[in-house]
Amino acid sequence: MHVDALIAPLLNGSAQGALLLLAALGLSLTFGQMGVINMAHGEFLMIGAFAAYLVQQVIVASGLSIPVALPVAFGVAGLFGLLLEVTIIQRMYRRPLDTLLVTVGVGLILQQAALQIFPSQGVPVEKPAWLDGQLNILGYEWPLRQLFTILLAAVCVAALSAWLKHTSFGRRIRATVQNRDLAETSGISTRTVDRLTFFTGSGLAGVAGVAASLIGGTNSQMGAQYIIPAFLVVAAGGIGQLKGTIIAAWAVGVALSYFAYWTTGSLAQVLAFILVIVFLQLRPQGLFTVRTRSLA
Amino acid sequence: MTKPKPWLSLSGIGVFAVLLLAVAPLVLTDHWLNNLGKYCCWAIAAVGIGLAWGRGGMLVMGQGVFFALGAYAMAMHLTLETAGDRIPGFMVLYDPLAPLPMFWEPFRSAGFTLLAIVLLPVLLAGLLGYALFKRRVKGAYFAILTQALAVALATLISSTIRETGGDTGLSDFKYFFGFVLNDPANKLMVYLIAAALLIVCLLAVWQLYRSRFGELLVATRDAEERVRFLGYDPANVKLVAFVVSALMASIGGAMFVPIVGIITPAEIGAAASVLMIAGVALGGRASLFGPALGAMAVGWGQSSLGSTWPEGWTYILGLLFIVVILFLPNGLSSLPARFAAARRRPAEQPAPAIAVAELEEVRS
Repeated sequence: MHVDALIAPLLNGSAQGALLLLAALGLSLTFGQMGVINMAHGEFLMIGAFAAYLVQQVIVASGLSIPVALPVAFGVAGLFGLLLEVTIIQRMYRRPLDTLLVTVGVGLILQQAALQIFPSQGVPVEKPAWLDGQLNILGYEWPLRQLFTILLAAVCVAALSAWLKHTSFGRRIRATVQNRDLAETSGISTRTVDRLTFFTGSGLAGVAGVAASLIGGTNSQMGAQYIIPAFLVVAAGGIGQLKGTIIAAWAVGVALSYFAYWTTGSLAQVLAFILVIVFLQLRPQGLFTVRTRSLA
Repeated sequence: MTKPKPWLSLSGIGVFAVLLLAVAPLVLTDHWLNNLGKYCCWAIAAVGIGLAWGRGGMLVMGQGVFFALGAYAMAMHLTLETAGDRIPGFMVLYDPLAPLPMFWEPFRSAGFTLLAIVLLPVLLAGLLGYALFKRRVKGAYFAILTQALAVALATLISSTIRETGGDTGLSDFKYFFGFVLNDPANKLMVYLIAAALLIVCLLAVWQLYRSRFGELLVATRDAEERVRFLGYDPANVKLVAFVVSALMASIGGAMFVPIVGIITPAEIGAAASVLMIAGVALGGRASLFGPALGAMAVGWGQSSLGSTWPEGWTYILGLLFIVVILFLPNGLSSLPARFAAARRRPAEQPAPAIAVAELEEVRS
C-alpha cells in the first residue's frame, strides 16, 4: 500500500473534522453554556454560506471577497440568532426540550425561504485563487482549501477561548453558566449575557457556513446535514468543554474519512453515527465532564 | 388537572371506532378511504409517540426507524409474494445473476414476517432503550440520538440499492397475504385492518394510562429523581413505554405499505420522523385522542397541501411547531380546559403541566 493512501484520509479527515468543529463550536456555546438546543443552527450555517455568495456579488474579486465574507457572515448569522433569541427562545428557557422542537420549525421555515429566494440547485461560491494550490505532504497533494479550513477553525477556537477567558464579557458568561442566580445577584445582566452568547454562537455558525461553501455546494439543504453530526460532536466532547469538542470533531472527521475510504461515503456516515452512540454508552457525559453534585 | 372519567374516554374510543369502521367506508370514496387509511397508519405511530413523549417525557425524534422496520418487513414480504419464485424485479436491474440477499429469504414466510413486524422493533427498542436509560441518557441527548439513528438508517437504505431498493424504495405490490391488492373489496379490508389496529392501540394506551404503570410513567416524566428515591427504577418504566411506542410505530409502518403501495427512505428519515412529532404536538401530546387526531390532521395536510402547495405547507408546518409549542404546549386538546378555566377565573392562567414538569427537571 502506498503511503499516501494512508495519509490522504488522515488529512482529508482532519479538514472534515475542522469543518465539523466550526459547525459545533457555536452549538457548544449555545447548548453548552445556555442549555438551549438550537436545531436551526444548521440553517444559520446555511445563511453564512449564502452571505458569502451575496458578498461575492458585490466584491467580484474572489481573493478579497472571502476575507470580507467571513465577518459579514458572522454578523448576519449572529443577527438571525439574536432575533430568534429575542422573539422565541427567551420565553422558553424553562422548557429545553420544547425549544428543540420550536427551532425545528424555525429551521423548516428558513430552509423553505432559502429555497425560494435562491435557485433551488444552489449557488456557486468562487474559491479565491490563493486557495487553488496543493501542498505536497509525503507524496499526497493536499488541497490548500482544506488547510484553510483547519486554520480558520484554529483561529475561531483561539479567539473564542481567549474571549471567554480574558474579556469581561467572557467572565460574565462563565459566571452566568456556573451560577445564574449568584451572577444576577452580583449585578450581571444575565439577559444581556444570554443574548450575546446566542449572537456569538449563531455567528460562528455563519463562519462555518463560509468554510462549508468553499468545500461543498451552497444550497437550502446544506444546513440540515451538519446539525446532527455537530450535535453528536458536542455531546461526545462533553457539554461546555471546548477541548472535548475539538478532540471529538477531529476524531469524527478522521473516522468518517477512513470509513469512507474503506467502504462508501454513506456507509461511513452510518458507521460514524454508531461509533458516537456506542461512545456515549461508555461515557454518557462525553469526553470531559464538569464535576457537579447534581443527580443526573 | 382534572381527569376525565375513564368511561367517558372509553365511549370516546367507541364513537371513534364507529366513525372509522362503519361510517367512513359508507360515506367516503375509495380514494379518500385509502387516504384515511394512510392517516390511520401515521396515527398509530402517533399514539405511541404520545405515550413515550407526552406521558413519558422522552422526545422520540426517530420513530421513523421503527416505522421502517415494520414497513420494510412488510414490503419485503409483499415484494417476494409478488415476485413468486423469481428474484424481485428491481434487483434484476442491478445484477441479474446475483442471488437473493440472505436477510430477504425468511421474509418469504408470512408468519415470520408478522413475527418480525412485532419482534424487530421490540428487540431494537429494548436494546437501545436499555442501554440509554440505564446510563441515564435523557432529554435532548436522547432526542438527538434517536434522530441520528433515523438519519443513519435512511442513509443506509438509500445507499443499498440492490438490497433494499435505495431511494426508489419498494413498490408495485400485487398481493397482500394472498389477496389481490387491486381489488376494491380487498382494499377496504386493508383499510379496516389499519383502522381496527388504531382502535386497538388507543384501547391499549387507555388501559396503560389508567393503570399503575401509567401513573408511574407520568411521575417519571415529572420528577424522575423522586421516583428513583421512592424505590422504583425509572429506566424500566421508560423502557416499557419506549418499547410499546416502537411497536406501535412498526405496526403503523407495516400497514402503511399495503395501503400506500410504496415505501422509500424519505418516508422514514429525519423529516418524516419530525412530521410524526408535529401531529402529536398539534393534537396534544399527553392526551388520549390528541396524538391520533393531530397526526391525521397533519397527514391530511401533508398529502393534500404538501403536493398542491408544497412551499406553503412547509411554512405552515414550521409555524405549527413554533405557535403550538410556544403558546399551546399541550396542544389543541388542552383548549377546552383552558377556556373553561379562563371563564371561571379570568385573571389566573392555568400553569401548563409540561412547563412545571420540565422546571422540575431543571432543578434536579
